[in-house]
Amino acid sequence: MNLVLIVLVVSVIAAVLAAVLVFADTYINNYGECEIDVNEGTRTYTVKGGTSLLGALTDQKLFIPSACGGRGTCGYCKVKVIDGGGPVLPTEDGFLSPEEKKENVRLSCQVKVRGNIKIRIPDDLLSVREFTCVCSRIRELTYDIREFRFTLEEPDSITFVPGQYVQLLSPVYAGSSEEVYRAYSISSNPADTAAIELVIRLVPGGICTTYCFEHLKEGSPVRFNGPYGEFRMSDTDAPMIMIAGGSGMAPFNSILHQMKSTGCTRTAVYFFGARKVRDLFYIDEMRAFEKELPNFTFIPVLSEPQGEQWDGETGLVTEAVQRHFNDASGHEAYLCGSPGMIDASIVVLKKLGVPEDRIYYDKFS
Amino acid sequence: MNDSAGLMNVFVVCFAAAFTGNILLTTFLGMCSFLAVSREVKTAMGLGMAVVFVMTCTTVLNWMLYWWVLVPLHIEFYRFILFIIVIAAFVQFVEMVVERYSPPLYYALGIFLPLITVNCAILGTSLFMVIREYRFGETVGYGFGSGLGWMLAIVAMAGMRQKMAVDRIPKGLQGPGITLIAAGLMALGFVGFTGVLQAR
Repeated sequence: MNLVLIVLVVSVIAAVLAAVLVFADTYINNYGECEIDVNEGTRTYTVKGGTSLLGALTDQKLFIPSACGGRGTCGYCKVKVIDGGGPVLPTEDGFLSPEEKKENVRLSCQVKVRGNIKIRIPDDLLSVREFTCVCSRIRELTYDIREFRFTLEEPDSITFVPGQYVQLLSPVYAGSSEEVYRAYSISSNPADTAAIELVIRLVPGGICTTYCFEHLKEGSPVRFNGPYGEFRMSDTDAPMIMIAGGSGMAPFNSILHQMKSTGCTRTAVYFFGARKVRDLFYIDEMRAFEKELPNFTFIPVLSEPQGEQWDGETGLVTEAVQRHFNDASGHEAYLCGSPGMIDASIVVLKKLGVPEDRIYYDKFS
Repeated sequence: MNDSAGLMNVFVVCFAAAFTGNILLTTFLGMCSFLAVSREVKTAMGLGMAVVFVMTCTTVLNWMLYWWVLVPLHIEFYRFILFIIVIAAFVQFVEMVVERYSPPLYYALGIFLPLITVNCAILGTSLFMVIREYRFGETVGYGFGSGLGWMLAIVAMAGMRQKMAVDRIPKGLQGPGITLIAAGLMALGFVGFTGVLQAR
C-alpha cells in the first residue's frame, strides 16, 4: 500500500510539473505567425514563431551554411538581421567582429523568431537548394584522399561558380548518432551540371569523412545542399598565384576546367604542396591543363622527398613560391588548404608585394 | 524564539552562506560554469544574478516539497530525484516567462538559465538545507546567501581573469592553470572569514 502511495505521489508531482511546462510551452512560448522578410521583399515567409531563425529558414528550404547544426559553435550561419533580431547574445559575441556587429550581422542559429523579422543574405544563397543524388563513382586518389562523384536526381542539375562548396549530409550510422553537415569544395567541371565531384581526405575520427570512407558505397543515396561560398576567380586579367595542399586541390581543379572551357589566357602558376610522392594526385590532369591552357604552370612541391625519386621542387610550398617570384606585386593569390598553410602563405605573399585585399582564400577548419 | 531573534538568525545564515561557508569556495560546487563563464565581469554578473534568483526560489520550493510532502509520507530519500526535477522544471518555466514578457531581462539573465539547470551548486544548496534542518525563514536566507556568495566569487574571478588576460603569465600556466591557482588562492582568502560567524 505504502509503495503504491509513493509511486502515486512521485508521479503526481512529476505530472504537475510536466503539465505546467506543457501549458507554458503552448501559451507562453507561442509567438504566433511571424513574417521573415528576405532581402527587402525578394522573398517573404510566414513561419510559426518561437524557433531559431536558422531552423525557420531551413524549414522554408532556404539554406544558410552551418556546420554545427545550430549549436552556436561553428559561426558559419551569419546573416544580416536588419530588424527584429534583438541584441547580440553572449553566445554569438565571440564569432562576430566589431565591424560585423556594427552591420547587424548575427548568428542565425542564436536569433529566435519572436516577431516579424527583416534579414539580408547574399543573393547566392537564394539559389541554394537541397539535392538528392546517388554516389556514382568512388576513385582512390591517394591512400587517404578519394574522389566521390554524385549524380544528381532531384533537382537533376546544378549551377555553381568554380570555387564554391556544398554541404554534404552525413546521416546517422553505426558510430555516429546524429546527422551533421560538412562543407566540401566542388572539384568538377561546372559545365557538367548533372553531377558534382568532391575530393575528400580522411580525417581520423571525423564524423563525415569516416562516413564517406567506410559507409558510403557506389550506389548509396546521398543528400547535400549548396552551392555556397564567395571563393572564386576574380574577373580581372591579373596573373594568378594558386597555392593548395591536400584536398585543397578541389576548387582549383574546377577553376581550371572553367578556364579551359572559356578559353581563358590568364597567367596562372599553381603550387601544390604535399609530403611525399604518394600524396600527389591529379598529376595527369594538371599536365593536360598545362598543354591546353597557354599560360598555366603546375608546380608540385614535396616537403619530405628523401629516399624517393623526385626531381621537382622540394621544401615547403611557401619556400617554392619565394624561389619562384622576386616581386609579385601585380599578382592575385588564391589559397586553399589547412589554416597553417594559408597563414604561412599570406605572410610570404605579403612579403612578395601581393596586396592583402588581393589574397583570396578558403580555409579548412 | 521571538521574532527579532528569528530575523537575526536569518541574516546570520544568509551572511554565513555568502562568506564563511561560500558554496563555491568551500565545497567546490558549481565549478564548471564558474570556470567557463568567468571571462568577463559583465557576463559573470548576469550569470551570478540568475544563480541568486534560481537558488533562492528553488531552495524555497524544495523546502516546501520536502517538509510538506516528503516528510509526512516518509519518503525523504526521494528528494534527490524530486529536487532535480523541480529545479529543471522551474528553470525552464522561468526562462519561457522571462523570454516572453521581459526581453531586456531575458537578454541580461535569461540566456544563462539553461546553464544553471545542471549547476550542482543549486542542487547542493537544496540538499544542505535539508541536512541542516533550516526553518522556512532560514531557508530563504540560506538560498539567497548561497547565491550571493556564488555570484561574489564568479564576479571576483572574472575581474581577475580580465586582468590576467593582458598579464604576462608563464606559458605552461596560461588558461586553466592560472585560473585554478587563482581560484584556490581566492578560496584561501575566504578562509579568513572563518570565525567571523559560524553557520549552524
